[in-house]
Amino acid sequence: MVDLKAKTPLDGMVPVTIGTVTLRELDGGVMTSLSPYSGQEKVLSDALKSSHGMAFPKPNRTTGREGARAIWFGRAQAMLTGPMPDAGLAKHAALTDQSDAWVVVELKGAGSTDVLARLTPIDLRDSIFKSGHTARTDLMHMAASITRTGMDSFVVMVFRSMAQTLLHDLEKAMAGVASRG
Amino acid sequence: MRVRNKGRIDRSKPVSFTFDGNNYRGFEGDTLASALLANDVRLVSRSFKYHRPRGILTAGSEEPNALVTIGSGGHQDPNVRATVQEIYEGLEARSQNAWPSLEFDVMAVNDLASPFLGAGFYYKTFMWPRAFWEKIYEPIIRRAAGLGALSGQPNADTYERAFAHCDVLVIGGGPAGLMAALTAGQAGADVILADEDSLLGGRLNLETLEVDGQSGAAWAAGVAAQLNAMENVRVMTRTTITGAYDQGTYGALERVNHHTSVRNGKAPLETFWRIAAKHAILCAGALERPVAFQNNDRPGIMTAGAVRAYLNRWGVAPGKAITVFANNDDAHRTALDMIDAGVHVSAVIDSRAEAEALGAYTLIRGAHVTNTGGRKRLESITVRSASGAQNIATDCLAMSGGWNPTVHLTCHMNGRPTWREDIASFVPTEGAIPGLVTAGACQGDFSTAACLQAGAAAAAHILGCDMADVPVGDDCAYRMEPLWAVPGKGRAWLDFQNDVSVKDIKQAATENFRSVEHMKRYTTQGMATDQGKNSNVQALALLADATRRGIPETGTTTFRPPYSPVAMAALAAGAEGKGFMPERFTTSHVATKERKAPMIEAGLWYRPSYFPIKGETHWRQSCDREVGYVREAVGVCDVSTLGKIDIQGPDAGALLDFIYTNMFSTLKVGRTRYGLMLREDGHVMDDGTTARLSEDHYVMTTTTAAAGDVMRHLEFVTQCLRPDLDVRFASVTEQWAQFAVAGPKARDLLNGLLDAPIDGESWPFMACGPVSVGGIKARLFRISFSGEHAYEIAVPSRYGDALFRALVKRAEKLGGGPYGMEALNVLRIEKGFITHSEIHGRVTAFDIGMGRMVSAKKDCIGKTMSMREGLLDEDREQLMGFKPIGPVMQLTAGAHLYEEGAEPVAANDLGYFTSVAFSPTFGHYLALGFVRTGAARKGDRLKMVDAVRGIETVVEVCHPVFFDPEGERTRG
Amino acid sequence: MRLPCPLCGERDLREFYYQGAAVSLTRPDPDAGADAWADYVHLRENLPGDLEEMWHHAQGCGAWLVVTRNTATHVVKGAKLAMDTKRADTKRADTKGART
Repeated sequence: MVDLKAKTPLDGMVPVTIGTVTLRELDGGVMTSLSPYSGQEKVLSDALKSSHGMAFPKPNRTTGREGARAIWFGRAQAMLTGPMPDAGLAKHAALTDQSDAWVVVELKGAGSTDVLARLTPIDLRDSIFKSGHTARTDLMHMAASITRTGMDSFVVMVFRSMAQTLLHDLEKAMAGVASRG
Repeated sequence: MRVRNKGRIDRSKPVSFTFDGNNYRGFEGDTLASALLANDVRLVSRSFKYHRPRGILTAGSEEPNALVTIGSGGHQDPNVRATVQEIYEGLEARSQNAWPSLEFDVMAVNDLASPFLGAGFYYKTFMWPRAFWEKIYEPIIRRAAGLGALSGQPNADTYERAFAHCDVLVIGGGPAGLMAALTAGQAGADVILADEDSLLGGRLNLETLEVDGQSGAAWAAGVAAQLNAMENVRVMTRTTITGAYDQGTYGALERVNHHTSVRNGKAPLETFWRIAAKHAILCAGALERPVAFQNNDRPGIMTAGAVRAYLNRWGVAPGKAITVFANNDDAHRTALDMIDAGVHVSAVIDSRAEAEALGAYTLIRGAHVTNTGGRKRLESITVRSASGAQNIATDCLAMSGGWNPTVHLTCHMNGRPTWREDIASFVPTEGAIPGLVTAGACQGDFSTAACLQAGAAAAAHILGCDMADVPVGDDCAYRMEPLWAVPGKGRAWLDFQNDVSVKDIKQAATENFRSVEHMKRYTTQGMATDQGKNSNVQALALLADATRRGIPETGTTTFRPPYSPVAMAALAAGAEGKGFMPERFTTSHVATKERKAPMIEAGLWYRPSYFPIKGETHWRQSCDREVGYVREAVGVCDVSTLGKIDIQGPDAGALLDFIYTNMFSTLKVGRTRYGLMLREDGHVMDDGTTARLSEDHYVMTTTTAAAGDVMRHLEFVTQCLRPDLDVRFASVTEQWAQFAVAGPKARDLLNGLLDAPIDGESWPFMACGPVSVGGIKARLFRISFSGEHAYEIAVPSRYGDALFRALVKRAEKLGGGPYGMEALNVLRIEKGFITHSEIHGRVTAFDIGMGRMVSAKKDCIGKTMSMREGLLDEDREQLMGFKPIGPVMQLTAGAHLYEEGAEPVAANDLGYFTSVAFSPTFGHYLALGFVRTGAARKGDRLKMVDAVRGIETVVEVCHPVFFDPEGERTRG
Repeated sequence: MRLPCPLCGERDLREFYYQGAAVSLTRPDPDAGADAWADYVHLRENLPGDLEEMWHHAQGCGAWLVVTRNTATHVVKGAKLAMDTKRADTKRADTKGART
């Protein structure tokens, strides 16, 4: 039998630390997009709670915890990251495997916000975009998902094929921020 | 000349720099302008049109004269205002617009020819002959009249872009801005305070005024420290708010490293900010206006506020014998400050008959300066009063015609400022920029006390909070009488940057360019990079006078963004090089590059053109070989870039029936069908295959180019037209790495890899379903874009690299290998398959021979409009194939078709080629294209004419499917 | 320019795709006739003032929006989910249809 070796989108190109900010690739684990069918929002949320311990997230929010999170991912869509989805969820929602579709990176360290502020037009102020908040937005022309996971840490996702552009853009922004000391 | 104990420069830190190759020394805290003045350099530039010697006029970003070039090579930065550029060790500055040198500029001959070069000169002179416009006149004008030049090399500097958000944006850090920021900051709002200077304080740093019993500068430094300590306040110095835009968006240019020599490719020279602010308070202050009189442009003549600014901020006396010419009390401060610092003041000339001396200096009342002497530096002035004319020796004349509120930003969204008679100037019109209020001098409140109060009040009003404690400040009344131009002969300059004189304005009026917008364009008044900051109001007043109208009726021209010049590099920051657009790489990218395949761009994607092997010297050799792989053995091609959309739900079939012209609800599970999509106007939008994986689950493929458009289209249809459909979809383009395996040995190849073998019965043509490869769940589709027995196999992307390598290895063992876009294109042309070269936006299903695919049984997007009269006309251009039959065998894409004997002109045009390839299978060129009446011409001889390349070829019209028209190989 | 997405909040213009006047929501029946279809596909009023427009939050949540924007001043008065607007319109039409 042929042995197919898996590769991550950034395949050894990270971690990178510039100044006080570190960029590393995360293993998103299983990632499944959940889109509730008509009128199934509540039922799906309840099913998600009983099977995975988290509600269906409200817009711009996440539910769950590290390792098993539901990230709001757009209109009527959430991304369940971590666990293999319970088969029963498929009664209430379209489930689509997206485990390989995104490059998932973490940006961590003092100045992470400044780095992202060079790439995305969303309001990243601590008082507005708090830990656990998420946004679908533009990141240097790429459709991105940005989630704040702590005071100085963010999880950023863009399409897998654009991993190297993401790396290029983040490194450039990190260098610019670091140059200000 | 430096003055002891004055200024805020650090005399313990000397800084060396060069200007036009000469070495000079200044101190940390100096601008290039202050350092040059300290070194007694007066002549710094030549004027735009007449190449008149010019010196420094102002002490701020409004400077029209002192434009210099900084640095060289890829770092060359032209048109930098010396008044803004801070010096650093090793700074290299050069003068502009002079040849061979600043001291001796041949083009100064223009000045002698000035009687012929007045307003409208270009329009009147360069009318004919027409042939001279581009080849002779323009190059001459561009050489003679100009600013600094770019190096012609790629910009080696680094620029950055960034976004910021705040509750309150305070624009300007003078007394009003500081109080506004302090008030808003203390109230807990998120504040951004931006000022173009390196120090906060505005004119407090340039005057000797006191605030709260201490020097204004010390008070400002104290408040700056307070603001810097607040977490909710971001102080941005060296930052100019350049424009006001919709919904509280502001552009801001931060000069991050212009004041340092850091050019390491990482630290940005400039950062262009886009700031979204809930509220903004404009505290931009005011700009002093010069007075127009004969020869008022000699080096050494400066605005009065600038003269004392150089003394108070930088410890420089711009002359040894100062004179002042003004129409207001404020300018008398210049005399007072100079005397206080021990600098000789020869006289103060005040145009007002009732003016009073405010200190121990000679005051000449009711008098005008009517002329000046000295060519490259001021030597004397002529003063005319009731008692006659006299000459006064002076090397620095401080002039002031009063102050203009800095209203510019309030005009950026079409707002027009309001005339205020008492200050003889314009003030912002309330509400001109939604969400922006104005305070302080930019509102016409010129005293320090009024500015401090207004800034605090504006912030308190916006936020509904208490004002910060307002300190005590100077409360002198602003007394002035308008004086726009001194009557008399000779040229009195208004717009220093564009060399516009009072005469020019009058001439414009005489020639009936009476509208202010016409006058502006006829004379070029206010059209230079300073947008007439120093001269527009005077010019307007003179036009009003010349046309016997009031100023409000005369109107104003519009100020547009940017407030001060912004380099294109800053606006484009982040978008240069790889930042221009994302690069999308497939999972086989690394393996492809290892094989040295040249890549071509397909949208954002990078795909291999062909895979060269040893001994091949031309791409056609590689392409022909790769076509052979597929026709004779097996080829492997990464097709992951095609859009893949996962569609699920009880109404999935219904949605597809509505999107596609043909039926998909009837498609059997485990089968794939080709579908055609129309736009609502009846033209073809896209095509592709869609597979039914289970009852409620389809996966659609789109072309690479239209993947995004189709996704948006599906969003539109489901949200805006058919929200009743219970269906969900998600892009899975990136989830699956998908490879075409095509050729007679395709099944052999797969059966060597798949965990369970397949056969013709389990996988007939157009079958699809799950398979397993190396224990990984994969999807297999038996579809073909080459006309051969072919499959597409998809695995989760993490295995894409490994699977591609495994497929290629096995293909090579079977006498095949990887193929690129060139071969793919040849294969599909041989088979008559279309791409967006054919469905280019103007063709219908009928035109491409798929009219019967528009189902009569149902409605679909575009169906009604596709039935319009004209779109079904038999005379339309229809898709056909073409092959050469004459002595010339070459076909070219884009060539047009004519009857053999017809002249190749538009009236005789019968159609055009969309795709052309050399077919190794047939041994000659093949083309797809559109020809009028289509199938009716089958077998006809036509003439192909490529007018661009000069090629004429006789062709035969054929059925578009050249290869295996019965499809036996595909199905076999 | 910034637009208020009902789901995401106020967002920068660069996240949005512009389609045009919100005419596209009212697709005629297949047999509505050539004039109705020509109006729907090609003809748009172009008056200065408030206009209901279709915007797609393409780089955001993916929602199509009906935005009310003043074409002369660029003042944005609000935005609704196009899906909600369409459903409300359909309901209104159905009720009306039932009555007549």
